[in-house]
Amino acid sequence: MEIIELGAVEIAKAVKSGELSALEVVSAHLSEINEHDGDVGAFLLVMADRAIERAKEIDKRRSGGEELGALAGVPVALKDNIVLQGVETTCASKILSGWEPPYTATVIEKLISQGAIPIGKTNLDEFAMGSSTENSAYFPTRNPVKLDRVPGGSSGGSAASVASRFAPIAIGSDTGGSIRQPASLCGVVGVKPTYGLVSRYGLIAFASSLDQIGPFAKSVDDASLVLSVIAGHDGMDSTSSRTATYEHAPNESDISSLRIGVIQEMMSDVSNDVLGVFNQSLDALRSCGAKVETVSIPAVRYGLSSYYLIAPAEASSNLARFDGVRYGLRVTGADMNETYGLSREAGFGPEVKRRIMLGTYALSAGYYDALYGKAQKVRTLIVSEFARAYSDFDVLVSPTSPTVAFGFGDKSDPLSMYMSDVCTIPSNLAGHPAMSVPFGGGADGLPVGVQILAPALSERVMFQVARALEGASTYMAKPQWAH
Amino acid sequence: MAIEDEYIITIGLEVHCELKTNTKLFCGCANQFGSEPNTNICPVCLGLPGSLPVINERAVEYAIRIGSALSCEIRPSVFHRKNYFYPDMPKDYQVSQYDEPICVNGKLELPSFPKTVRIERAHMEEDTGKTTHVGTSGRIHGADFSLVDYNRAGIPLVEIVSAPDLSSADEAREYVSELRAILVSTKASDGKMEEGSLRVDANVSVRPLGTEKLGTRCEIKNLNSLRSLGRAINYEARRQMEALSAGQSIRQETRHWNEDQGVTSALRSKEEAYDYRYFPEPDLTPLDPDMDEVATIARALGILPPARRLRLRELLDGELTRSELEQVQTCVKFDLDEHVLDAVRTGVPARLALARGSNELASYVNQATVDSFEVAEFPRGKFIEVISLESQGKVSSTQAKTLLSRIASNHNEEVSALIEELGYKAASQDEISELLDRLISENSMEWERLCAGENQLAGFFIGKAMKITNGKVNGKTLASEMAARRLG
Ligand SMILES: [Zn+2]
Repeated sequence: MEIIELGAVEIAKAVKSGELSALEVVSAHLSEINEHDGDVGAFLLVMADRAIERAKEIDKRRSGGEELGALAGVPVALKDNIVLQGVETTCASKILSGWEPPYTATVIEKLISQGAIPIGKTNLDEFAMGSSTENSAYFPTRNPVKLDRVPGGSSGGSAASVASRFAPIAIGSDTGGSIRQPASLCGVVGVKPTYGLVSRYGLIAFASSLDQIGPFAKSVDDASLVLSVIAGHDGMDSTSSRTATYEHAPNESDISSLRIGVIQEMMSDVSNDVLGVFNQSLDALRSCGAKVETVSIPAVRYGLSSYYLIAPAEASSNLARFDGVRYGLRVTGADMNETYGLSREAGFGPEVKRRIMLGTYALSAGYYDALYGKAQKVRTLIVSEFARAYSDFDVLVSPTSPTVAFGFGDKSDPLSMYMSDVCTIPSNLAGHPAMSVPFGGGADGLPVGVQILAPALSERVMFQVARALEGASTYMAKPQWAH
Repeated sequence: MAIEDEYIITIGLEVHCELKTNTKLFCGCANQFGSEPNTNICPVCLGLPGSLPVINERAVEYAIRIGSALSCEIRPSVFHRKNYFYPDMPKDYQVSQYDEPICVNGKLELPSFPKTVRIERAHMEEDTGKTTHVGTSGRIHGADFSLVDYNRAGIPLVEIVSAPDLSSADEAREYVSELRAILVSTKASDGKMEEGSLRVDANVSVRPLGTEKLGTRCEIKNLNSLRSLGRAINYEARRQMEALSAGQSIRQETRHWNEDQGVTSALRSKEEAYDYRYFPEPDLTPLDPDMDEVATIARALGILPPARRLRLRELLDGELTRSELEQVQTCVKFDLDEHVLDAVRTGVPARLALARGSNELASYVNQATVDSFEVAEFPRGKFIEVISLESQGKVSSTQAKTLLSRIASNHNEEVSALIEELGYKAASQDEISELLDRLISENSMEWERLCAGENQLAGFFIGKAMKITNGKVNGKTLASEMAARRLG
């Protein structure tokens, strides 16, 4: 089998045994990037020299008889809103152009300590605001399965890098679906863990109470392994859970005793091709012995509108620091206020500005209670309705995205773009884990993912269901150039 | 009738107190005054993208100490973000407590006014950096450029907000002075106004005598000494009285105190005020202090200034005079109450110990300016040694004061050596007897008159004795010797 087709588990095993060198692994992926990323645009920055150097180090350590980590020699693509010391990090925004962070995110430290090799920084919608990666201030990313389609977003570059075989695994962030939706559109596995399971230290915040870092992978087991590496308490993140851990439990796929709920409200805006694949996945779950029934969670219908108050409100505050004073772009004006205005005018793209304005308005005196306050109440309601559903079901399922990958410019109206996340947003509002697993082909044979939702810190049962679905599916998305 | 007599002044104070923790509120950087600019900084206190705050537990403990010392209710609290743009604020928002502060409903008693000031709240927040505007004006308008030092950014603060219960500049000064003493005794703050550890904003309003409704208030920002506080309040109150008397109305606004010109001027009015868009800080979890721990912290506080004053008052019998009350206050203010208590324990009369503590020691330890809170040490053992000798009549009061002054200027001086050096060898009974023989023979007429009942002549003899001995004789001993002779 070609190196670039291997998964993380296989690569780590081969590198540890000496069957493959880390340098061979990195070189194979770099040459794939060289050949095809011109068409895809998954990376804002390819760290070829660093990656090669790091691979040589790992090979040296192996020949020195040292113990190698769980991800020995595994290239990893990193969403460009997660900082790595000395490597330009832009959030795909002009305002951070050229900024080299002086410190490294906890997740990246954990990955590196287990032998993973950062191979590049991936493209995203500016500051993770979007669902197609068209909002990158630099260039859009193309869907490797069909290059005239978007890869989804905001972690479009990370999803595309795995789907393109540029890296076996990638790291993204998910605020309202930004891992799961592009995973679904690109035909890979994407996981949003429980809020607090993975440290956010070093993730440039979009909406702090919703953001969560998670993995992309070609297989459920790879995603599970990566999650086990990045999960766990971090003293640098106050919202990181003190007790929560995630242990990789490969081969657990028996779901015969599970009760699975199908969220009725998440079927209404879904296109027929997606619905068709989704119904096949339900049949597959039933034939694995699970009890599958529909369940109503009415509050999720208010998820989208509640999200579009809370997320922009937090973003308006989180993005205030990009003011041209200390780092990033500065456009000097006649006085301080003009410098703020000119720098932010030139540095932020239209979607970012739109959300800053929405959020500023939502928090304004006189509007707070009616907007932000009410949105928080919806959030509480969603949590309690999920809790009620989980008294009857072990996990819940839905389509990840209402449609397959769409074309560039198809959703120029912001509201129709926002609808892309209608099924994924409720998990962020609740702080619960959810993941997308590719199951079949929809319109034009494009990938359709199934979303599995679970109660807080119930990643283990979520992965069990994911393995069952993966085992029942014969679908495999391929890059357009591989046909 | 003077204009001041036609109006009532109402003052509420907001005191920002820097906590003396080793590290900042949300990161491990040193909390240190006077370092080279921008050396005590890290990604967190610089608010770099991706960084997150982690609460300093010690700062929470200090806030609880302060709240307990001010008789506050300690309660679960939430941090909010206060959003506004300013270059010395790295994140362009300040993390502060808003509608759910850690300490509420406390009180502070003014020592010399019969008044209890209500403390509405004491909440935690992070300090900002420090901007220096370079240019002739020293203010942001007209500056050539500005420099920002982020060493102060993220230093823990507790803001103590009083109810509008104060009604004069003197009361306001005493409030801050007493608050400072309490803060220092909790060891949560060093109380150094001159280094900005304590910064005061004053809300001032006036209303015509005989009316109930409070007038429109103005907030005077950043008063950095007791002197500025008093002057600024007096100026501002008079400005408002004059405006009202002239039929004008007061605009609610924030004002700046100009120390050199002695005036306040408008910074911004309420209409132009920022909308801070407060919302709960999502990067921090709410604080929910364990009530047993709170009780432990409160118990460990030790004795606070009000109780320390009470301890001294109880040394004296009966009603205290105004000047004795002042002596009590002075001793506590300058941390000399333990000196007095120890002296009394060794048998020195309380009034003498209190007088020497408040009059002599206080003036020695208060060598710096009146506004400074610097308290110098005075060796306690030597203080007790000197006033014991005085109370036993072995040195005169004049000699005792000289001894204390010499020790104040050099703490290493030994009392016995000083007595030797200054020739204070206490006169023996024989010497006193001899001296009296000499005085009687030289002033036989006056002695007879004294013996005949002209008691005021006792002073005449004591004066003569002082002159002959250069003040070394103990007046009391001589007086009793004279009394014995007259009877005998
Ligand atoms: Zn710091």
